[in-house]
Amino acid sequence: MAIGWYLTVSALIFCIGAVGVLTRPNPLVILLCLELMLNAGNLALVAFSRMWGGEDGQVFALIVMVIAACEVTVGLGMIVAVYRRQLPVNVDQLDELHG
Amino acid sequence: MSAVLFFIAAIGALSGAIGVVVLRNPFYNVLALVCHLIALAALFLLLRAEFVAAAQVVVYAGAVMVLYVFVVAYVGGQDEPLHSPGGALKLLGPLFGLAVAIELCIALLGTALKGISSKGAPYLPGFGSPEHIGRLFLTTYLFPFEIASLLLLVAAIGAVVLARRRRGLDPDDDRDPRLHPARPVHTGTMAETAGLRTGGRTGEPASDAEPSPAPVGTGPSEGGW
Repeated sequence: MAIGWYLTVSALIFCIGAVGVLTRPNPLVILLCLELMLNAGNLALVAFSRMWGGEDGQVFALIVMVIAACEVTVGLGMIVAVYRRQLPVNVDQLDELHG
Repeated sequence: MSAVLFFIAAIGALSGAIGVVVLRNPFYNVLALVCHLIALAALFLLLRAEFVAAAQVVVYAGAVMVLYVFVVAYVGGQDEPLHSPGGALKLLGPLFGLAVAIELCIALLGTALKGISSKGAPYLPGFGSPEHIGRLFLTTYLFPFEIASLLLLVAAIGAVVLARRRRGLDPDDDRDPRLHPARPVHTGTMAETAGLRTGGRTGEPASDAEPSPAPVGTGPSEGGW
């Protein structure tokens, strides 16, 4: 398969993830959509790595997976902390800093 | 053959992604993301990235998704209403996504990728194997590797600090007497050392705790342990 197909799939997944981040009010789903966007970046990195014949892109993809794991850990910790304080788990209602 | 596999995996990945955005129950969102990740691992295999595909399945679909499922079960996976009041972002979000999609397609069509090679570099044996990846990690990319380990440590500590129970903010769900029965006096509790607790616990039935409660007042005056 041509590399452009993989990049097309990657671009579509990224856009779907961006739409999810913008429209969903649940922070859990927002984290899931962030995972989608990071995975789209991973797919593009691996596709470029295959195109150039070097493994550097795969190393980048693994680092991106590490970053995603860190983001998930901290984000889920924040969601659990919000839930413990009996605040609504909804980003539209958590607007104390909204000026 | 590879074209058929590619289209199957790509359709799986795209439908999983759409499921993450569209479904209303967070449990189903997580399951859709698991499907998406497995299809993406198949795409990685088609791109000859065996180690990345294995790490994707083991780390992402295995470990991270289990964490998500635990948190969804803890917070409560209730359906959100279909027409929740969302404001202007509910309309602008899909428009923005469409604009980004069009822009990325224009970038893909206008790029010079066709001029390089559409099939990619010739396949060498061992490309993407753990041996090559590990060698790159320990030679060329040693510094990012160490920084990643440090970042994981910081994230783990941060998550523990964020999600721990805070004494004083919510005192009512602390110290369930069924889970924390009263310890006998003079067994070295910190409350005794600080002089806060002299006798048996107040409010406990005295029959089941300790048959002979210590004389009140001698604990802190003896000075301790």
